[in-house]
Amino acid sequence: MITVRSVSGSSQSPRSPSSQPFLSVSVTDPVKLGNGVQAYISYRVITKTNFPEYQGPEKIVIRRYSDFVWLRDRLFEKYKGIFIPPLPEKSAVEKFRFSAEFIEMRRQALDIFVNRIASHQELQQSEDLRTFLQADEEMMERLRSHETGIFKKKPADLMQIFKDVQSRVSDVVLGKEKPVEESNPEYEKLKNYVFELENHLAEAQKHAYRLVKRHRELGQSLSDFGKAAKLLGACEGNALGKAFSELGAKSETLSIKLQKEAHQLLMSFEEPLKDYVRAVQSIKATIAERANAFRQQCELAETIKLKEINLDKLMLTRSDKVGEAEIEYKELKAASEEATNRFETIVRLMNEEIVRFQEQKTVDMGIAFHEFAKGQARLANGIADAWRSLLPKLEVCSS
Amino acid sequence: MMGSENQGFEEAHLYASKEEMENLVLDEPLNDNKSHSNYRSALSSLADTHHPLSPPVAATPADSDPLLAPPSYSDFGNPSIHDNSYLDPPSYADVTFSPFDGDTGNDINGIESPSKSSDNSGSLSRSPSSSSEYIKITVSNPQKEQETSNSLVPGGNTYVTYLITTRTNIPEFGASEFSVRRRFRDIVTLSDRLAESYRGYFVPPRPDKNVVESQVMQKQEFVEQRRVALEKYLRRLADHPVIRKSDELKVFLQVQGKLPLPTSTDVASRMLDGAAKLPKQLFGESAVAPHEIVQPAKGGRDLLRLFKELRQSMANDWGGSKPPVVEEDKEFLERKEKMHELEQQLSNASQQAESLVKAQQDMGETMGELGLAFIKLTKFENEEAMFNSQRVRAADMKGLATAAVKASRFYRELNAQTVKHLDTFHEYLGLMLSVNGAFSDRSSALLTVQTLISELDSLHSRAEKLESASSKIFGGDKSRIHKLEELKETIRVTEDAKNVAIREYERIKENNRSELERLDAERKSDFLNMLKGFVLNQVGYAEKIANVWTKVAEETSGYVRESS
Repeated sequence: MITVRSVSGSSQSPRSPSSQPFLSVSVTDPVKLGNGVQAYISYRVITKTNFPEYQGPEKIVIRRYSDFVWLRDRLFEKYKGIFIPPLPEKSAVEKFRFSAEFIEMRRQALDIFVNRIASHQELQQSEDLRTFLQADEEMMERLRSHETGIFKKKPADLMQIFKDVQSRVSDVVLGKEKPVEESNPEYEKLKNYVFELENHLAEAQKHAYRLVKRHRELGQSLSDFGKAAKLLGACEGNALGKAFSELGAKSETLSIKLQKEAHQLLMSFEEPLKDYVRAVQSIKATIAERANAFRQQCELAETIKLKEINLDKLMLTRSDKVGEAEIEYKELKAASEEATNRFETIVRLMNEEIVRFQEQKTVDMGIAFHEFAKGQARLANGIADAWRSLLPKLEVCSS
Repeated sequence: MMGSENQGFEEAHLYASKEEMENLVLDEPLNDNKSHSNYRSALSSLADTHHPLSPPVAATPADSDPLLAPPSYSDFGNPSIHDNSYLDPPSYADVTFSPFDGDTGNDINGIESPSKSSDNSGSLSRSPSSSSEYIKITVSNPQKEQETSNSLVPGGNTYVTYLITTRTNIPEFGASEFSVRRRFRDIVTLSDRLAESYRGYFVPPRPDKNVVESQVMQKQEFVEQRRVALEKYLRRLADHPVIRKSDELKVFLQVQGKLPLPTSTDVASRMLDGAAKLPKQLFGESAVAPHEIVQPAKGGRDLLRLFKELRQSMANDWGGSKPPVVEEDKEFLERKEKMHELEQQLSNASQQAESLVKAQQDMGETMGELGLAFIKLTKFENEEAMFNSQRVRAADMKGLATAAVKASRFYRELNAQTVKHLDTFHEYLGLMLSVNGAFSDRSSALLTVQTLISELDSLHSRAEKLESASSKIFGGDKSRIHKLEELKETIRVTEDAKNVAIREYERIKENNRSELERLDAERKSDFLNMLKGFVLNQVGYAEKIANVWTKVAEETSGYVRESS
């Protein structure tokens, strides 16, 4: 299984001596805890690091899915502009929630999630990450349940609310009907690209998932066919019966191979595709953040203008409100600078992120394609070998 | 029939995806917008040559005997695949992996059924008595015709006739190639006459009348379906070593104009006929004429005989008296049991074979759809590329997509062959009907014998009673003596009938026996061929598919880190 083991910074030396800074995390050992409706899965999160900010070279904690969600939400809040690695979805279907396959899929996705954070130059410095990796379970629970209300929602939803509220407010304030948007053609292109990419990827992922199903179905039908052939063989007897029995046995063997390959396909191909889709959705959330920041900046700029006019007016009339107004004006100016900074940071970060993202995805997909092709070749060769071994036996039966 | 259903299905999907593929233009990663005539023309040849049941393009009868070629499938390990073309030359698959071809002259030994391979293979191939004899029958050219006279409805009835062409070298036909036009009713007649003449043989069942379907289906579709069924039926008849020489078949295939076989009249007139005879039989002592013994009572017009045999079979069943002649042939009973068991297993296997085919089909389809989705992605990434990493990714995707599309095509080709192979299950299931028919011929012949024996018994005891009664009167009783004479005459006739019936029964028994032997031998041969063909196919295509993916795995091997 390919996982993204992190190496911090830009150098790639996995077997580095301890002088090289490293942060390595793994998510393992899913265990079902609790009863009935309250039941959930807990994971072991093992951290190995030589970062000075960490408590020690190795730490093991127990975490559950909602802890990961907490981490993601915090990072999303603090590191606007950075594409926060995506989390696997909460499963909707109850009975599927504890199936071995689902648990494995989720574990893998969570492992990739944490490792991506740990190998990201900025994100790996996050205090929230440190908390997540080191805090004891009680503290984690406190932190987790402290985040109520809107923070429980997905960032995309969150942003949507902000967007709606703010755009309405700003519309009223500015007397405009449309929300303000950047007029940056390259950025427009990027946005279109992201939205269209999601569609294409979703389709590919859909077919990948179907392909997994097809493998299972073919496996099942080979098994059934094998059984029928064996029964027929028993009925026929003699050479022909033997031939049928052999065929049936081979068929059943191949059925097993197919089921195995179906699982591989799911974990090594379909899941990375799904992950890709989620990553694109995360980018969309960042796009929303940027739009937000832009709007805030514009609003404040407008508000400042109005305040300037107002201030001048007050100064002319030598009103005693001038002092107040001046203070307000200064505060607004500071806020406006901050908003501009925020926005420009987001732009800068996004530009870096998009390069990193494209490179990362090329690697991720390269690996996924490789695994896919390898698996298919392995399966096909297995099928060829199995059937081929039957031929001499059939010859014997004929003579 | 499974084959023809799949055919339509295959086609539809083949063309749908072909359209889709042709609408997408792939950019070569290195060159800008090179023309893709390679790809597109290869695609159109794909659509043309890979109609599942169409004759192969490159194969010629002389040099493409597939069963001589099996070892060559391993040559596929060598890349004869060019890097530029996306598709293999179509002829590969067809030459090596279709042990039976379409309607080419290849199957000169006659009958196009999956089990028959060409004769020079050296392996188990069945041929009738002389290996150079053949009959090749084709059904084609359906035409609407009108019923001419004696119809009350103005405008008249229309019906469809089919052109039936025969090619043969069997001397009894007197010609090597000839055609007639027949309608479905003629087939029914032929089938009925054969059933009468060949009791005890495994006579292939004729196609159904499908009255409901003929109303519901599109006329063209229905006619085509029927044409295929008729062709299959006639070929099966020609396949049977005894029936192929029958007068009925000869007449059917050769005699121009109206079919000169006695038609089966409808049930109502049969009943009337029988009813007319009944009083005569009840009041006279007419016995059944010996020559009519050779027909089963149930099929005939003889109601009285029907009643008698019914009574006899009830007596047999309720076991009061042991029937005078029993089915004592233990071996036969065992065979019959085994046939029944075989039928069940065949049915089961046939069903599972169908699901297998469907699963393979779905696999191919989904693989193709996946390929298409990635082709679209490739195009998209290339068009929108802002970074080189995107172009690299697009190239990787293209490799994957191409492989997926190829693999999809292989799955579909494999499936087309699999359908033909596994059709053997269906064929033999159909044959089981004939077997059951032959067995019931035997049962009814036996019943006739038993009935006649019972009747003889009762006639004899009546005669005894009459004799002892009249011997008590000195000089005799004129009327009684007369009755006795009549009775003795009836006994003689019935005795003759009994002997005829017994001979008929024995004859049918022998037919059963020889047919069972033939069935066993042919079944073994057919199924072994089927298995070999099926397995060879699987091997060949699996290797092709493996090659395709191995290439992609190699191309992407650079991405793998030590952790794998």
